[in-house]
Amino acid sequence: MTAAALSARGLSKRYGKTAALDAVDLEVGAGELVGLLGPNGAGKSTLVKIACGLVRPTAGEAQVAGAAAGSRVARASTGYLAELFRFPSWAKADEVLALHQRLARSDGGPAEREALLARVGLSGEGGRRMETMSKGMQQRLGIAQALIGSPRLVLLDEPTSALDPGGRRTVRDLLVELREQGVGVLLNSHLLSEIELVCDRVVIIDGGRVVTEGRPQDLTAPGGVEVETSDGVRRLPDARREDVPRIVRELVDGGAEVYGVRVVTGSLEDAYLAAVVGRD
Amino acid sequence: MSDAIAIAGHALREAVRRRVLLVVTLLTAVFLGLFALAAFEAFDSLEQTGGIIPVDERALAGGTLLGLAMFVALFLGVVLAVFLTLDAVRGHAERGLLQPLVVRPVGRTTLLIGRLLAACAVCVPYVVIVFLLAVLITQAAGDFTPSSYFVPAAGLALGVVTVVAISLLGSTVLGTTANGIAVFMVFGTGLAAGLLGQIGDGLKVDALITASSIISWIVPFEALYQNGLHALTSDIGGAAGVIVQLGPFGGASSVGAAIWPYAVAWSAAVMALAALAFGRRDL
Repeated sequence: MTAAALSARGLSKRYGKTAALDAVDLEVGAGELVGLLGPNGAGKSTLVKIACGLVRPTAGEAQVAGAAAGSRVARASTGYLAELFRFPSWAKADEVLALHQRLARSDGGPAEREALLARVGLSGEGGRRMETMSKGMQQRLGIAQALIGSPRLVLLDEPTSALDPGGRRTVRDLLVELREQGVGVLLNSHLLSEIELVCDRVVIIDGGRVVTEGRPQDLTAPGGVEVETSDGVRRLPDARREDVPRIVRELVDGGAEVYGVRVVTGSLEDAYLAAVVGRD
Repeated sequence: MSDAIAIAGHALREAVRRRVLLVVTLLTAVFLGLFALAAFEAFDSLEQTGGIIPVDERALAGGTLLGLAMFVALFLGVVLAVFLTLDAVRGHAERGLLQPLVVRPVGRTTLLIGRLLAACAVCVPYVVIVFLLAVLITQAAGDFTPSSYFVPAAGLALGVVTVVAISLLGSTVLGTTANGIAVFMVFGTGLAAGLLGQIGDGLKVDALITASSIISWIVPFEALYQNGLHALTSDIGGAAGVIVQLGPFGGASSVGAAIWPYAVAWSAAVMALAALAFGRRDL
């Protein structure tokens, strides 16, 4: 059986009296895209940093592809883009990737670097220095850097924060490609629409604890049915999709003219707010 | 070791691209030009006056000039060492530069060793070359040959290695500015201890001599510097020998052969502490 890309059990992290994480269980399967949501200070970045070995947990354990998180073996299987991503301003894009190739023991050479740059929309930009690149371009390079050496787990902390809509689309397509290649991805983002579009599963944490998790479609609650008739738009908040034929029939039988029917579903934002704000 | 060399190469490339080496080379050329001017003027003056004090004035001038050269080489080497390393860990972590490297399957100790190698690859040749050029200038200007080339040059080289180690240790716990201030204060304390020992020697105050000796072993760049100064002029006899051994740039003192393995072990211990602190640090 293939080990999960990331598996965390009872993961806790305390900074003095503050609990950044409190007994968090989380799993990212091979080829699974998991979105990590939560308000500022919820513990998302701490969780990601423990997974890639930058922060040591106070209790619990995390494994990357079956190896203890932070170990050399685990780090060899991990790609990471930090929320605060920076590369030396004096370095060229190609030099940054070449250094990471060497440290990641990737033998992909120039071909891998060119392919990665093309994958993030930076074809032909390998000779550019960081100081001449926009923040969005640097973020794209950060994503390319995270993919060096074909990692089994990719941890992306706010990967689209500096990207324009085109860049976000590129990243979404890339995430889908990674899923097809069997790479597990933990995507930490505040952009709920992005997560709703691409993630297989969503985990919402608040106050260091997992407050809810599930598939996006399971988390988004039904929001009733809207019917447009000759008398205007009527909203039936408790109605479900299965009720639509009956509702239309009753309205027509009652002499109303029906122009349109829409099944309303809640958004991930609604689910998020219900899970997070509802706890306050 | 290959990873450490990769990190060192990265740091060296930074030093070149940021024009650190260019600026250092240009300013050092200015110093050496001024030093040459002073040396030629000093020895010319001696030839014209024919000696007005009853000592070997040529040895006094040569020893003093090379003492100055040693002091400046050490000082500039320390400046270089500090500025190449003061932000190696915490400074780079705060700017987000370190994390992508630490996530790679490279030990944190390897990262530190890479930074040590890079700084030493710049600072060690630098102090040795500056000192040897000063020796050549002094020989050309006044036909003065120091008692030893090797001990002062090796002392300077190992001295800057100890400072690199201190700066790397500081970078694991202190922010960039705080670390820079701390390392220069440690360096200043070492030099002040040397001057105190010089005063104690002149006034025959044993407590000052002992305190100076203890401090120079606590911060061994000072002991190496005193040892180098002593070796530089140990063959000069008479009143000139006494004067140059007291020196205007810190007292010369032979501290014994144990200083060499001690300074190496001291640097290794400081690097081990740095690795421990870095290994325990959350990023």
